[in-house]
Amino acid sequence: MIRVDLHKRLGAFELAIAFESDGGVLALFGPSGSGKSATIALIAGLMRPDRGEIVLDGQPLVDTAQGVVVPPHARRIGLVFQDAQLFPHLTVKQNLLFGRWFTPRSERRIAFAPVVETLGIGHLLGRRPGRLSGGEKQRVAIGRALLSSPRLLLMDEPLAALDAERKQEILPLIERLRDEVRIPIVYVSHAVEEVARLAARVVVLANGRVAMAGAVEDVFGEGAAQAGESRFRRASFVTARVARHDTHWGLTELSHPAGTIWLAGSAGPPGRDCRVIVRATDVTLATAHPAGLSVRTALAGTVGRIEAGDGPLAIVTVDLAGHGHVLASATRKALAELDLAPGRPVFALIKTVALDEQAVAVVPP
Amino acid sequence: MMELSPEELTAVRLSLRIAVVATLASLPFGVLVAYALARWRFPGKVLLDGLVHLPLVLPPVVTGYVLLLLFGRRGPIGSVLAETFGIVFSFRWTGAALACAVMGFPLMVRAIRLSIEAIDQRLEAAAGTLGANRPWTFVLITLPLALPGLMVGSILCFAKALGEFGATITFVSAIPGETQTISAAIYGLTQTPAGDAGALRLTLVSVAIALGALVVSEAVQRLARRKLAQFE
Repeated sequence: MIRVDLHKRLGAFELAIAFESDGGVLALFGPSGSGKSATIALIAGLMRPDRGEIVLDGQPLVDTAQGVVVPPHARRIGLVFQDAQLFPHLTVKQNLLFGRWFTPRSERRIAFAPVVETLGIGHLLGRRPGRLSGGEKQRVAIGRALLSSPRLLLMDEPLAALDAERKQEILPLIERLRDEVRIPIVYVSHAVEEVARLAARVVVLANGRVAMAGAVEDVFGEGAAQAGESRFRRASFVTARVARHDTHWGLTELSHPAGTIWLAGSAGPPGRDCRVIVRATDVTLATAHPAGLSVRTALAGTVGRIEAGDGPLAIVTVDLAGHGHVLASATRKALAELDLAPGRPVFALIKTVALDEQAVAVVPP
Repeated sequence: MMELSPEELTAVRLSLRIAVVATLASLPFGVLVAYALARWRFPGKVLLDGLVHLPLVLPPVVTGYVLLLLFGRRGPIGSVLAETFGIVFSFRWTGAALACAVMGFPLMVRAIRLSIEAIDQRLEAAAGTLGANRPWTFVLITLPLALPGLMVGSILCFAKALGEFGATITFVSAIPGETQTISAAIYGLTQTPAGDAGALRLTLVSVAIALGALVVSEAVQRLARRKLAQFE
C-alpha cells in the first residue's frame, strides 16, 4: 500500500500529484513530459520533493512537514529503468546479487534460483552486460531489482526500448510477478495495450497533474473521451469468456452475448474470463450482418453516443447486446450515409488480425 | 663510456623515487578533487578548479617560489608541519616530491575528472535503489568505472614528475643525493667543462625511462579500451 502526495517545481514545469495504490499493478500513463518519470524518481528517492509525503506500508518515506526524507538506499523500493542500467563492469550474476548483498538476511523473501529460472537467464550468469541483447538486459534488470526483495517495484517504461517480439517475451514475466510473486508494482507506460494488460488501475498524468484515475476500463473509455484524446489513443474493453481453442486454424473463440469474438492465437483454458482490448480504429460499423467479408467477428448492438465535432471524423459508442460497449471511429460522412443515430441497431466488426494474445488480459477473479 | 657514475646512478634512483612517491601520494587527493569537481556543486568550485590548474599555466619557477614561501621552514604551512608533525619539505627529497606532485596534479585531476564525468549517473542511482549507500556506491560502481582515468592520470603525473625542473630547483635546490633529480643533474653537467659525457648518459637514461612510461601507458590504455569495449 503506497500513498503519494507530492509537489515539485522543475524549472517552468510544476508537478503536483496525489494517488494511492493498494497492491497489484498501478499504471502511470501519459505522454512524455507529463511527469511520469519525475514521479518515479521522487518515489525512488532520486529526487527530493519541495513538499509532500510518501507513505509505504504505513512507514513515512517522505514527510516534508516533519522533515522526514528517507534516502533511496534505505527505502527498499526496486526500480527497473527503461534502458536496464546494468553495471557494465560486473557479470550478470554479480549484477543480480548486488541488491541482495545489501538486503538484511531476514528481509530476503525472494530466492535466487527461482528468479533466474523464471526469467530464463541461467545461461547468461557468467556474461557481462555488454554481450547481452536488449531483451536479455531487461530481464536481468528485472531480476536484479527483484532480488533486493523490494516492498514495491517501480518500472519506468521497461518495454519501450524493445521490439514487439521482445515485448511479448517479457510481458508474461511481469504478469507472473503480479500474480505469483504478488509484488506491488507501479508501472509507467504510454502504451495502452501494456497498461490494459497489466494494470487494474491507472493514473493518467498530464502536465504534471493527475488528469484521471480509476479502473482501466473507465479511464480508457469515458475518461479518454473527456480528455479529447485522438482516435489512435481511444480503446474499449470487452469482457468475454474463452469458449474453445480451434487448433486447426490457430484461433480462439470467445463467447459474448453480442456474438462470437475470434482471436488469433491462444488465450488460455476454456472458461477463463478475458478482457479484450479493442482500439477504436480497428472497429468497422455495419447496418446488417456482413456477408462476403473476411471479418469474422461481428457484435450486435445499438448506437449509443456519437462524439462528432466539425472535423471529418467521429467516435461512436456501440452498446453491445448483453453487456459492455465498444468504441468505433468512423467518418461523419459514413454515419450520415448509413443514417446511424443513437438507438439504431448496428454491428461492430472487428478484424481478427487486430486481436491477438497481446490484446488479451486475464481478468482477476 | 656507458657506465653511469655513482652520482649519476643516485640521481636516476632519486628521480624514480620522487616521481613514484609524488604520484601515489597525490592519487587520493586527485580522486577526491576530481570527484568534487565532476559531481558536487559548492561555493568556490570555480576557485578550486582554477587553483588546481594554476601550476599548468604559471611559470614553474613561480610555483616553486610560492611553495618555498608556503612550505619553507618559516612559511605558514611549513613551520606548522615541522613543529607538530616533524615533516620538513625544504631542501629535502620530500620537498622535491611535493613540487612534482603539485606540478603533475592538474594533469591527474583532468584525466580522472573526465572519466568520472563519463559515468552515467543513473548507474549510481540504480546502485542506490538496490540498497547501496553513497560510500558503497562510490567504491563498487564509481571507482571501478573510473579506473581507466585513474591509470591515465597516474601515468601523466608520473611523467610530469620525472621531467620537472623549474619548480623543484627553485623550492629545494639541487643537492646531490637529496634533491638533485636527473633533470637537475643534466643541467649541472652541461654547466661544467667535462660534463658532456655524463649529460649524454643521463639523457639516454631519461629517454629510456620516458619511452618505458609511454609503452606502459599505451598498454594500459589498450587494456582499458578492451575492457570498455567489453562493457559496451
